[in-house]
Amino acid sequence: MTDWHTQTLTGVRDLLARRDIGAREAVQASLDRIQATEDRISSLLHVDAEQALNRARKLDELGPGQNQPLWGVPLVVKDVFTTKGTPSTCGSKMLQSFVPFYDAEVIRRLKEAGAVIVAKSNMDEFAMGSSTENSAFQMTRNPWDLSRVPGGSSGGSAASTAAGQTPASLGTDTGGSIRQPAGFCGLAGLKPTYGRVSRFGLVAYGSSLDQAGPMARTVRDVAQVLEVIAGHDPKDSTSAPVQVPAYTRALDHREDLRGLRVGVPAEYWGEGIDPEVMEACEQALDRIRDLGAQTVPISLPHTKFAIAAYYIIVMAEASSNLARYDGVRYGLRDSAAKELKDMYTGSRSQGFGPEVQRRILLGTYVLSAGYYDAYYKKAAQVRRLITEEYEQALTECDLLCAPIAPTAAFALGEKSSDPLQMYLTDVFTNPLNLTGLPGLCLPVGQGSRTKMPIGLQLFGRAFEEQTILQAGHVLEQALPPLPQPSALADLT
Amino acid sequence: MTKMDPKDVAAIAELARLECDDATLQTFARQLEDILTYMDTLNQLDTSEVQPLYSPVRHETAFRGDEVRQEYSREELLSNAPEADGRYFIVPKVF
Repeated sequence: MTDWHTQTLTGVRDLLARRDIGAREAVQASLDRIQATEDRISSLLHVDAEQALNRARKLDELGPGQNQPLWGVPLVVKDVFTTKGTPSTCGSKMLQSFVPFYDAEVIRRLKEAGAVIVAKSNMDEFAMGSSTENSAFQMTRNPWDLSRVPGGSSGGSAASTAAGQTPASLGTDTGGSIRQPAGFCGLAGLKPTYGRVSRFGLVAYGSSLDQAGPMARTVRDVAQVLEVIAGHDPKDSTSAPVQVPAYTRALDHREDLRGLRVGVPAEYWGEGIDPEVMEACEQALDRIRDLGAQTVPISLPHTKFAIAAYYIIVMAEASSNLARYDGVRYGLRDSAAKELKDMYTGSRSQGFGPEVQRRILLGTYVLSAGYYDAYYKKAAQVRRLITEEYEQALTECDLLCAPIAPTAAFALGEKSSDPLQMYLTDVFTNPLNLTGLPGLCLPVGQGSRTKMPIGLQLFGRAFEEQTILQAGHVLEQALPPLPQPSALADLT
Repeated sequence: MTKMDPKDVAAIAELARLECDDATLQTFARQLEDILTYMDTLNQLDTSEVQPLYSPVRHETAFRGDEVRQEYSREELLSNAPEADGRYFIVPKVF
């Protein structure tokens, strides 16, 4: 297929459903595109060509089954998901040789829907980062400009999809790790409501914040993948027993935004935003009004405390979750250690990179006896204030709208030596994880100065993903489509 | 302003079963001090009357019967072990 990299998931799916192409042809096209682009962007950690082609051959033999909306579609998933028989490293030396014997629930659902997982994507180690520079293995580059970051922590998934390796990918979002890389790479990306998608088989980072979700070239494609992965899973006690609507069908029920109240929170549209981001997002806001929505000024004064609350909570949860890596049952072991305690310490010190160690130390500190109330409990109290504030705002409007980040994708190395500066880039995405509410990122144009993609996000009420998907879809149709990523434009 | 010196970091590292050389302790001390000082902004808020929110889960905890099930084989469970004897995980002596 000559135009594989420009295909949407819906387009590929239709070609497959009509049997214009077979599953093998689709998978081969994906592998060819990986071959052509990977040396420039380094978005993938493991490509399982043989396994993917074998599976495609089987699918071709059987033909599309009932309820297989992703039949034959190649996908890339973040290396944070366990995949049976394929290494799942989480971007860490600690799990370099870890091969799971079970699939994460979302992977199981994708396979059941007929999808073919062709590769696992690069990520910040244990999902801790905003640029994918914390991967223990390689540096992923942004397909729009190879000197810039793809965002993070799902930067490998974002770069891969933006490069057209597959029409969609899976990421996870603990503090913005789906939405921000989607924004930096010119994609649509959704963080579902906490509990909407199972976390079984998702390597834990911040258990009260982590949520898996799709990234793709269009909102419709995002809706299609969500429809497959969403739904109650008894294996995850935080998975919500809530009905899953037919998201893709819901998209056909809206042609404009009439009757929608879109909240514009002052705290997201003020100081510290790069003028090119402001310009692109304000133009999108004008489109939203042209399409018939009423915009409502909103104030969310506690937003400025979100980063501090978020990092205390996520580090506390991380230190607790990462206590399991002790060199006993799986993962790296310091085999030189003569005694058990030395083995724990040696294994953890050799297996974890500097950012992971920093977060474990901070988490250990804020949970320790003398500091628990001052930090962890305090952050949880502020989390309630923020959550109540957002929920109140969403009674005054149907959705909220904000830029995804204060700047477009920054340069590789620009922030990697100063952890606090890196944390502050999450300012517009963190609050949503504290509240558990869903958020959709969609590209609204290119920066006038950098020519990099600019993303806008829409926040919705809990379990009302269809509202933000519908609004995003209508807005997307009204905006000019982005061109192909410039750093790959010479490849056809 | 939270003070953090390399000795403090070493004590936390001990609790977390991590080991850092002196240069790393120096760097971490400076970075942790920066980060914790930023966290102190939360003290501007009076939260004395606020119930902490630890999880955004909105549904009741689901319980199931405590029944023994074998989901995986011993071989699978041992498959990623750094050292095993086919039946157990093998570790160095405890002390």
